[in-house]
Amino acid sequence: MDYSLKVMDHFSNPRNMGSIEDSDGVGEVGNAKCGDIMKIYLKVEDNRIADVKFQTFGCGAAIASSSMATEMIKGKTLEEAWKLSNKAVAEALDGLPPIKMHCSMLAEEAIHEAINNYLKKKGLEPWTE
Amino acid sequence: MTIENKAIYMDNSATTPIRKEVVEEMLPYITENFGNPSSIYEIGKISKHAIDKVRKKVANVLGAEESEIYFTSGGTESDNWAIKGIAFANRSKGKHIITSSIEHHAVLHTCAWLEGQGFEVTYLPVDKYGMVSSEELKKAIRDDTILISIMLANNEIGTIQPVDEIGKIAKENRIYFHTDAVQAIGHVPIDVKKMNIDLLSLSGHKFEGPKSCGALYIRKGTKIDPLLHGGAQERKRRAGTENVPAIVGLGKAIELATAEIEESNKTLLELRERLIKNLLIIPKTHLNGHPTQRLANNVNVTFEYIEGESLLLLLNAKRIFASTGSACNSSSLEPSHVLTACGVPHEIVHGSLRLSLGRINSKKDVDRVLEVLPEIVQKLRNMSPLTPKEYRTI
Ligand SMILES: Cc1ncc(COP(=O)(O)O)c(C=O)c1O
Ligand code: FES
Repeated sequence: MDYSLKVMDHFSNPRNMGSIEDSDGVGEVGNAKCGDIMKIYLKVEDNRIADVKFQTFGCGAAIASSSMATEMIKGKTLEEAWKLSNKAVAEALDGLPPIKMHCSMLAEEAIHEAINNYLKKKGLEPWTE
Repeated sequence: MTIENKAIYMDNSATTPIRKEVVEEMLPYITENFGNPSSIYEIGKISKHAIDKVRKKVANVLGAEESEIYFTSGGTESDNWAIKGIAFANRSKGKHIITSSIEHHAVLHTCAWLEGQGFEVTYLPVDKYGMVSSEELKKAIRDDTILISIMLANNEIGTIQPVDEIGKIAKENRIYFHTDAVQAIGHVPIDVKKMNIDLLSLSGHKFEGPKSCGALYIRKGTKIDPLLHGGAQERKRRAGTENVPAIVGLGKAIELATAEIEESNKTLLELRERLIKNLLIIPKTHLNGHPTQRLANNVNVTFEYIEGESLLLLLNAKRIFASTGSACNSSSLEPSHVLTACGVPHEIVHGSLRLSLGRINSKKDVDRVLEVLPEIVQKLRNMSPLTPKEYRTI
């Protein structure tokens, strides 16, 4: 697979890999295309993402996207994190091969799931758009 | 740290490096002996003699006659020719073809295309070891069955099919029998007469010969249409100027590979068993394919909870080259049809790794792989949301 140096860097040394025992929100999504799975754990303080961890079962692009996406939302408000698109993640990785674009969707969707899981726990309405 | 940096190639079922002796044999046919075998003058004749010599060698290896060997552009063309050629030449007799669900795509996609042309195809199931059953085969035979195409040895899991029995059944029922022997040459001794094989595909680059050069054995008297139309080469059955240097290389390669079959299988078997035994020590690891009826160079294991492409990338970072049946590593995003047909569950089919050994591999290579792999598997398991606590180290 033709991956950028950035993808290979994030794949080989993933940032924020692991889990958070007492997390405030968890999101797990599966990839309809190839059957792979990503899980995101959030620690939220004052509406900001104080900490984030991921676990991924998937290809190099999926792991690199998880690592990059978690870096990009750390310290951000929930609203800002919600707006992170898979395209932005792919761009931050200096691009992904076309056939691997769907892998970065996992990150976007897992973050959405995790934020909504947090909102639900707080008794708030989940976001849709 | 020189060992660290030495690349270890363990993907010999994908392709092999050309052997030095083979390159030497080929060289004169790339340089001074460039004549077209169809030309009547001296350098044309030299080329013609060269390919006829190879024809004899290939025939000897297979227990066939010279006139039954046809050179092609490789395994894919040989498979296409055998199947389409038989189908169209015998369509007045019937339209039914039997194959297996674990064939190479060169066979499966050809059969699928023929279905679009009005032929009917039965894809025989396999057991968990990837073995076709003669009983299932007998049941599938119809009055209008014209061809049985079942591979000799599988390229992913190395399972060797009971070709003797299949050949017997085909003969009893007067049905043509084609076998894709692309992975078997140099590993499994073949006698097309004894095994009742009517057509057999082989490919040079799988046994240390050149790429894009293969052969199809067609038993004398077989009714088959050409695949390529044009000039009168290959006794008017396969048009196109012969790839003389490659054919010469294929000849040398097949001669060397089959002369050393016993010796090389012995060495490979030792390496294979050393790999399998030690890989299975890693918890939640399974062997794919048959434990004994398998190519001496094939190791295929599944590690639960991890995905094959990331496994290959981490191996690649350690300069170890191998292959996987994971969906993520295929352009179709479909997991291996072979492992799926063997009933490997959907969730774990992704974590498969094929290590295919060759003459270039040593015990040192095997030990290096065994040193590196457990760490890599653990790293990916620590990263995976599927891994239960007891199999994590962090
Ligand atoms: C079993 C089998 N059949 C056919 C082929 C196709 O051969 P070639 O690459 O020479 O076209 C291969 C090669 O991957 C193979 O392993
Ligand atoms: S996660 Fe399967 S292709 Fe990327």
